Amino acid sequence: MTPDREEPPVHVPDGFLDVPTSIATGVVAAGVVAVSLRRAREELAESTAAAPMAGLVAAFVFAVQMLNFPVGVGTSGHLMGGALAAVLVGPWTAIICLAVVVTLQALLFADGGVSALGSNVFLIGIVTVVVGYAVARGLMAVLPKRPASAVPAAAVGALVSVPATALVFVGLYSVGGAAELDLSQLAVFMLSWHVLIGIGEAVITGLTVGAVVATRPDLVRLTRRYRTSLLLTDADGTSREVSAAPVTDGVKRIGVRWVAGALGVCLVLAGLVSSFASANPDGLEYVAERVGFIDTAEDSVVAGSPFGDYAVVGIDNPILATGLAGVLGVVIALGVGLLIARAVRPKAPGASARDTEKV
Amino acid sequence: MSDVSRHAQDLERPDAAPPGPTAALELRGVAFAYPDGHQALFGVDLIVRQGERVAVLGPNGAGKTTLLLHLNGILGQAAGSNAVGTVHVGGVEVSKATLGEVRRRVGLVFQDPDDQLFMPTVRDDVAFGPTNLGLRGAELEARVDEALDAVGMRALGDRPPHHLSFGQRRRVAVSTVLAMHCDVLVLDEPSSNLDPASRRELLDVLSALPVTVVVVTHDLPFALELCERSVVLDAGSVVHDAHTLEILQDPGLLARHRLELPVGFDPAAVVPRGRARPSPSIP
Amino acid sequence: MGAGHAHGASRSVSDGLYLPGDTPLHRLPAEVKLVGLLAFVITVVATSREQAWAFGVYGLLLLGLVALTRLRPGTVLRRMVIEVPFLVFAVLLPFVALGERVDVLGLQLSVDGLLGGFNILAKGTLGVLAAILLSATTTPRDLIVGLQRLRVPALFVTILSFMVRYLDVVVDDMRRMALARAARGFEARHLGHVPVVAKAAGALFIRSYERGERVHLAMVSRGFTGTMPQLSAPVPTSRQWALVSLAWMVVASVAVTAAVAGDRTAWLVMAG
Repeated sequence: MTPDREEPPVHVPDGFLDVPTSIATGVVAAGVVAVSLRRAREELAESTAAAPMAGLVAAFVFAVQMLNFPVGVGTSGHLMGGALAAVLVGPWTAIICLAVVVTLQALLFADGGVSALGSNVFLIGIVTVVVGYAVARGLMAVLPKRPASAVPAAAVGALVSVPATALVFVGLYSVGGAAELDLSQLAVFMLSWHVLIGIGEAVITGLTVGAVVATRPDLVRLTRRYRTSLLLTDADGTSREVSAAPVTDGVKRIGVRWVAGALGVCLVLAGLVSSFASANPDGLEYVAERVGFIDTAEDSVVAGSPFGDYAVVGIDNPILATGLAGVLGVVIALGVGLLIARAVRPKAPGASARDTEKV
Repeated sequence: MSDVSRHAQDLERPDAAPPGPTAALELRGVAFAYPDGHQALFGVDLIVRQGERVAVLGPNGAGKTTLLLHLNGILGQAAGSNAVGTVHVGGVEVSKATLGEVRRRVGLVFQDPDDQLFMPTVRDDVAFGPTNLGLRGAELEARVDEALDAVGMRALGDRPPHHLSFGQRRRVAVSTVLAMHCDVLVLDEPSSNLDPASRRELLDVLSALPVTVVVVTHDLPFALELCERSVVLDAGSVVHDAHTLEILQDPGLLARHRLELPVGFDPAAVVPRGRARPSPSIP
Repeated sequence: MGAGHAHGASRSVSDGLYLPGDTPLHRLPAEVKLVGLLAFVITVVATSREQAWAFGVYGLLLLGLVALTRLRPGTVLRRMVIEVPFLVFAVLLPFVALGERVDVLGLQLSVDGLLGGFNILAKGTLGVLAAILLSATTTPRDLIVGLQRLRVPALFVTILSFMVRYLDVVVDDMRRMALARAARGFEARHLGHVPVVAKAAGALFIRSYERGERVHLAMVSRGFTGTMPQLSAPVPTSRQWALVSLAWMVVASVAVTAAVAGDRTAWLVMAG
């Protein structure tokens, strides 16, 4: 686990993925990074501090990516750092930091193909961060609300983020890979290898976050609103723990009109546009048909359900059936989303003093 | 070596405030507490006249660096901290509205030069301050050249900071602030970690500057050579304010505030650096 | 005037792969090189893999540039070690890919796998070589100016420039911590040592974050209000743009020829 400079983590080179896939991932990556740039400024107390802070954190990510750990016999894996960065500085800043690191590695160190820059930023900069952060945030909903909870949350987030990224890579490969492979075999291989790497990543991530929590818990963005519980001791010596009130800083509330507008767009898309969607098989199905493993795939579990194969059974008009399925799908997704959001929001105590804490 | 002092003397300062009754720095009743509740300053009064060179001495934890950060409005009421008291720079009170002007007048040189050299090359760093003041083109280049000449670093202008030695980075850090033509130069431990030759070069540079200088330092010989006046800060209060020589020749005072002279050092034997005088080193 | 520290034998991380020199490629402004590199790489990746000769032409062109920059072959080869892991994948592909097989030296190898392996080998190697040419002839500062001029979002470029500047400092911090551990007899050999390394990583994060705050203070002390100054660098001449466009047209014509030849062969096969 010594930092070594001779073997940096390897990124996707030119020629692995074809031009359409490379360009598509490039566009997506650019879009997400553009959004992150705007949101990252809001993650910091003073927006003029964004550049130096993110730059230093990016340098830190580059440095820890040099850490390698043994995986299996004779081989080693490198830390990716997406989940770690997301937990420490927040998802938007983390995306930018990782994107900057990957870009620099391609342009300054010739690591990672220039045509594959979009794919590399997408995989290492975006998927790891998004998955790692989502899992960590999800866990925080059920863990006790104190800084130390960031450790298991970050560890599990890191654990899931690595194989998830590997799966997305397999997905990209299935669309634009250099040669046709048995995708299920590839997926199994990539997954098992990356689960092992994920374990190493989880351990290092969790322990690193733990080290930060021990000295400067205010620097761990995931749990910055929570404080360690205080000990109350009575005159007769008995003591009890009281959890400190979470800091409610100015949380931006999304306007109702915005939500209504977004919902409206979703419903229109789902309801109308979906019925005109192509009946041709999508990319993965197409490949599967050609390769020949589609007849082995059992009909999915939900095939017999009302929404199996994206149509509502019992309604004969195909356009109406698909459209209705789409609308209902959006409503159900919205409902589940609201439930999760409510679960994640911290409960405001009765008379909480508003602490405007300047980071 | 005397080229350095000569260049610095040639520094043109048409916009420098003429010597007059307005103090360069005036602090009245400055008290400050950190967000975690720890109070660092307990009512500091200090007046520094134009052209004076003052050393701020004191043990670790006395609040010296905290005090420095009040001089350009990083801490204090202007920054919204838990603070009271007023700070005036050349007659202008430090407040949110005057921060831009205050930062033009007061140049702060931090302890770690790496914190101040954040641009790709030396010239870019020296140009950063003047660019923020609105200079462009030939005027900007001239300002950069002038500042680099004052510290003798013009030849290394196109190098990135990590290609310089520590002493060179220290000097460039000083020039980044000089380029702003400030009236007051404030330095935090400028001689720390410098080898003797670099330390002397820095003394040459600083003693040749016509600006007001405030130096926080542990290096008592350095303070004696550069500053005729010293202020001793301990536990957040000013406990003594006198001629540097007087303070260094008072063993009881030194002992009370954990100040120590190097072994064998005789303050009376040191010739303090005046202004516009060639370096005492043998040519 | 003082010890002119020449930074000695140890290369700094913040230098990237840059090798000082004064060749035409060194003098070319970064934005021209970046556009040229991207155009070249995309064209190479778009070239059909069956036409192996095309890649030979590309290789010759790049080797010509290597000679122009007077880079030593040994240096270039050493830097190309980066691509070893995906070479392994390329070699395995003929064995695990699907589709019709062909007999090669007694082994049943997949046609698609052979072509795919060659695809990765050729395009990947060309891509790495081209990227090395860029980074060996471009200082990090020039790269930053190039990105600025290509309208990459300003905040992104600024963050990148801070990262480059402090890469050295942070990596040095990390090495010093490892050295301190080694001096006390510690060497990370097995998994039980992970907590120690992780603790150091945590300390490194805090140090880096706090340094970021101090840098911000220093910026603000010199009057920073949100806009970084534009760095100055030589502006590319139209002649330089023309040269690079010409070079790319040569490359593109190779790709087009390869595509046409490929179609022709396919028709011949179908007709025959």
